[in-house]
Order: sequence, then structure tokens, then C-alpha cells
Amino acid sequence: MSEFEPEIIAFCCHYCAYTAADLAGSMRINYPPNVKIVKLLCTGKVDVLYLLKAFQAGADGVYVAGCLEGECHFLEGNLRAKKRVERTKMILEEIGIGGERVEMYNLSAAEGIRFAEIAKEMTERIRNLGPNPIKGGVGRKE
Amino acid sequence: MKSGSNLEKILERGEFAVTGECGPPKGADVEVIKRKAQFLKGNVDAINVTDNQTSIVRMSSIATCALLNQMGLEGTMQMVSRDRNRIAMQSDIFGAYALGIRNILCLSGDHQKFGNHPTAKNVFDIDSIQMIQMVKLMRDEGKVLGGDEIQGVPKMFIGAAANPFADPFEFRVVRLAKKVKAGVDFIQTQCIYDLDKFERWMEMVRKRGLHEKIHILGGVTPLKSVGMAKYMATKVSGIEIPEKVIKRMQDAPKDKKAEEGIDICVETIQRLFKMEGIHGIHLMAIEWEEMVETIVKKAGLYPRPKVED
Amino acid sequence: MIVAERKPFNEILAMVEPFEKILVIGCKTCVTVCSAGGEKEVGILSASLDMARKKEGKGIEIKEVTLERQCDPEYLEQIRGYVGEYQAILSMACGAGVQFMAETYKEKPVYPTLNTKFIGVALEQGVWSERCAGCGDCVLDKTGGICPIARCSKSLLNGPCGGSVNGKCEIDSEVECGWQLIYDRLKALGQLDKLEEIIPVKDWSSSRDGGPRRIVREDLRL
Repeated sequence: MSEFEPEIIAFCCHYCAYTAADLAGSMRINYPPNVKIVKLLCTGKVDVLYLLKAFQAGADGVYVAGCLEGECHFLEGNLRAKKRVERTKMILEEIGIGGERVEMYNLSAAEGIRFAEIAKEMTERIRNLGPNPIKGGVGRKE
Repeated sequence: MKSGSNLEKILERGEFAVTGECGPPKGADVEVIKRKAQFLKGNVDAINVTDNQTSIVRMSSIATCALLNQMGLEGTMQMVSRDRNRIAMQSDIFGAYALGIRNILCLSGDHQKFGNHPTAKNVFDIDSIQMIQMVKLMRDEGKVLGGDEIQGVPKMFIGAAANPFADPFEFRVVRLAKKVKAGVDFIQTQCIYDLDKFERWMEMVRKRGLHEKIHILGGVTPLKSVGMAKYMATKVSGIEIPEKVIKRMQDAPKDKKAEEGIDICVETIQRLFKMEGIHGIHLMAIEWEEMVETIVKKAGLYPRPKVED
Repeated sequence: MIVAERKPFNEILAMVEPFEKILVIGCKTCVTVCSAGGEKEVGILSASLDMARKKEGKGIEIKEVTLERQCDPEYLEQIRGYVGEYQAILSMACGAGVQFMAETYKEKPVYPTLNTKFIGVALEQGVWSERCAGCGDCVLDKTGGICPIARCSKSLLNGPCGGSVNGKCEIDSEVECGWQLIYDRLKALGQLDKLEEIIPVKDWSSSRDGGPRRIVREDLRL
């Protein structure tokens, strides 16, 4: 039986999280290839619907990484994102997918090491949870 | 005489009246009423019977009053606007009068949220002030609200409640004035523990001359324990108990707490007796009816005056 | 606006249990403003239903549509071309919209996804509060612009009752006493004397108590 490799989407803000990811890269710090990064200008752009659609498309885990609270370049974007991640957790519980599959993280642009840590943490969490229960299902029609 | 009730006669004679209270059973158990009635007989001039108080379903006030009347006592029916519309109210008043009931207390009523049927629809077709107007219209003009003539006019002695301890404080007297304007004959206040605040309210009442137009009875409830005092002070809306009263209960020796509660009650009654504009007391010894005789006697209000029929 | 709240997910999932191809239709007016049934909420509900059904091993095909309103016939007509291809309609409109949809497409089962709550206002983003009970005979001129029917828990016309403490209603410390608000407002307006007058019994026949209501404007009919 092949080992389950989680597919994780990370929504990262340009100012902090993505920069930290870049830094991890240039510092040659390894982090799991399971994590695919989607860059946004600010995590405030993240909508509950983006997170749900990621799961619909088959992602096993999703996280949103933004600036430290109080340091968002757009002031409150990361606070809005936090609330939306909370809501998404509730919706995922309701549907039966599980709220632990989505998470909110905060870090600064200088924290390359932390970025890698988060990626590892989330990958392991999802590995333990197993694949997305709807994997391999029929896609949505517009 | 408007109604000829015992309570009315006593008040009109200028006597200091004493009314009591009887909470009906949560069912059809008549023994509960008989037991409470025994403690009240001879110690009070009339007995208020609550109407599904705190929205907990109990035997109807009218039925309970009718039973009290059968036992030779005078019941004062209470009617809240929460459960009945004007049609049911007027109908019930006809029936109550036919059964010999002569006193009625017009109230808004506690919200159904507090009781054992919080999912019920409420009515609140008319409010307590409009109810007073309605009962007066029935009695003095022999008409129902819709205008039709009444066959057999119910001549009720009309009462209402007043709460000097609710907010807004300055408005409470205006609301009382509205009840007087609506035609109320007597008022019973919420139970009093803060006599200073009550005095301030009475001053505002006297300033408007309201004490001369209606009979005001001060509400008193004896405290049984510190727990009861704290519960009432925090959980029952519209009741205020000053710190010094709670402290008195706390400081009293363990086996003398109830006695302290009775003493506080008697002192309150004695102060009310001397207050200008207070024509009596409404003694609510809830689930402690056996102490009514003691309280009435200690306060010097025994025996109750007998009035000719 | 009309303020509504989405029903619990399980209730909605149970409604679509027999179906495989449905329409989820939102509304761009009141329920968008209170974030209950607008385009975004249509997307969220559709994604949720899709995933929940897949988890059960059953698929569901959903077409997402958001109409301007569901209470005007012209907008409901916009789906006539394809409504026949679907087995059921989940309407994310208020109770009026759901019913109008059902009246317009009589052969299609139409289900509500919202619980319509009240006519109210937005106090801040995410907080809506009831203001109007639709009694049909407005008394706001007598009470300083604050409604005693909607904002007093007992709809008293000569309030407050004895349960008003610190400006809060006896039923809940989060609920403001409507009559305290009226008192404060009239005091600020210098119109406290209005409260000395007894407001007479209300004629409830103009409200829902009088039966389902209807307004006809002959001058507007063609």
C-alpha cells in the first residue's frame, strides 16, 4: 500500500508569508513538497469560498499564512482572514470534512525557518488525518 | 361603594389594610389552596391570587379566587395581559363577578421566557393601563370595549401594581399617574427593602397629589435566608435589596436568620404605617404563609377589622 | 431590510436528499446585505452540498444563479429557459421570495434555505437588529421614532413595565428596554409630556392578526 502524500494549499500574503517562503528557499531550508503556494497581496483577500473550493478540488489540507497580528500591511487583512478561517472550520465540520484540515498562521517576512516549520507541521497533521474524504469525486459544474 | 368588597370597605373606612397572597397549585390540587387559606384566614382583608406568575402554568386565578370565596375568604383576582386578548379578558371578568369575585389587579405580566412554556405565543393585546381603562368602562358605563351594552355589569374594585424600584426612576411616578388617570382604585407596590428609596418615590407621589386619589399599599416580603435575599436581589427583576439588609441577614446567628427576616419585615411595616399616603400593606409571604399570623400580630395589626355586609 | 439567517446545514442537506440535479438561487437585495443568501452564500452552500454529498458517495449537480430579487415577477422569469432541466430549486431568498418562486414554478419543488427573522437595520458589519413589526398602523410619531411594538418585548403602548432595569429588558440583559429608549429620546427632544397621555388600545386588525394583507393601488394598475 502506498503511503498517503497529502496535497496542501497555502494561501500566502506577499508582504510576509511569501517573503518568508522565499527566504526559506534562499537559506536552503527544506520544507515538504506537499505544500503548493498561492500568492495573494494580502490574506484579507482570502474568501471562505476560496478555501472551500480548494477542498472541493481535492486538497487534503489548506492553510492561510499572513503577517503577525498588528503588522498587516493593509492593517486588518489578517484579522479578517482569521475570522474567515474560523468560519471555514465550522463549515467543514458541518459537512463532515473536518475543521482541523484548515488553519491560520501568522509570521513575519524574516521568519524563513518558521515558514518551513509551519509547512512541516501542517503536512504531518494532514498525513495523520488521512486523505480528503471526497477525493476522486465528480467535479462541480458551473 | 364601587364594588362593595371587603377590601374596599376597609380602605374607605380609613383603616390600615392588610392584603395577603396565595400562589395557586401547579395543577388541580385543591388541598394546597385549603392549606394556605387556613394560614391567611383572619389575618388579612383580601388575598391576591397570582395569574400564571413567572409564566409557569398554575390553576387559574379566577378558579382559585372562587374556591377561596367558598371558604369564606375574599380573593383578589390578578389578570396579566400576556395570555389573554380583550375578548377573553372581558369574558373572564363577567365570569369572575358572577362567581362573587370583587377585586381585580390589572398587570402586564412576566414574559413567557421565564416560565415552563417559553415556546408559547404571547398575546399582549392590551397593556395594564389600557386594562384598567377597560375594567372602569365596564363598571361605570356598563359597556364592553367594542361598545355593546353589558347584561349584568361587573362592578370591580380596580387595582394595579407599581414598582418604585424599576427604571427609569423619575418616570415611575408618571406611570403611576397614568394608572390613576385610567381609573385605578388601589395600588400594590413591589416588595420594599430600600425604605429610603421608597420614601423618595412617595415624595414624588405626594407632590402630584396621587396619594389622595387612590389607596397605596406597600409591598413587603419576609426574607427566610441569606440565599433568598441574594437570589431576589440579583435574579428577580425589579427587586432591590440594599447591602445593609443583606448584611443584617448574614450577621444574624445561624439558627436565627429566619427570625431576623421576620424582624426586618415587621420594622418595614411599622415604617410604612407611619408614612403619609400609605393606606395598607400587601404581605407576600411566598411559600411561608404560616408566618403571616406572626408578622401581622408583631406589627400590631391584629385583629383585622370586621366590616358589616 | 428583511434580515434572515441561513438554516443549519443538516436541514438543507436533508431537503435535497432525493435529488441529483438542483438549482441554488440567491437574491441580490436584502439577503445579500445581511450576508445570508447572496451570490457568495450561494457559492458557499453549493460547495458545501457538493462536498457533503460526495462524502456520502452520491453526487449532486448544482447550477448557481443569483437574481436581482425574487419578489418581482420579471426577475423570476429569467430562469424560465432552463428551470425545466432541474429537479428542485433551493431558494436563498427570504420567505416572500421562496413563496413567489414556488408560485411561479408550480411543478418544481422549491425549498427555503433561510429562516426569515425580522425587518431591521445594520448596527455594524455583522450585527443586525429588529426595528419594525409591520403592524400596519405606525405610531412612531408618538414615541420619538422608536417603536414600542417591535422594541418592547411585550409591545406595551404605555410602558415600561416593572421589569425594566438599567435600561435593559427583563428577558435578556443584551436587549435594550424599548421604553427606556423612548423615554430618553423624548427627554432629549423636550417632548416628555407626550408620555403623560394614555395611548389607547391598538387596532390590531391592520397587522397580521387581521389576516393576510394586500395593498392595491388602482392608480398604478394598467
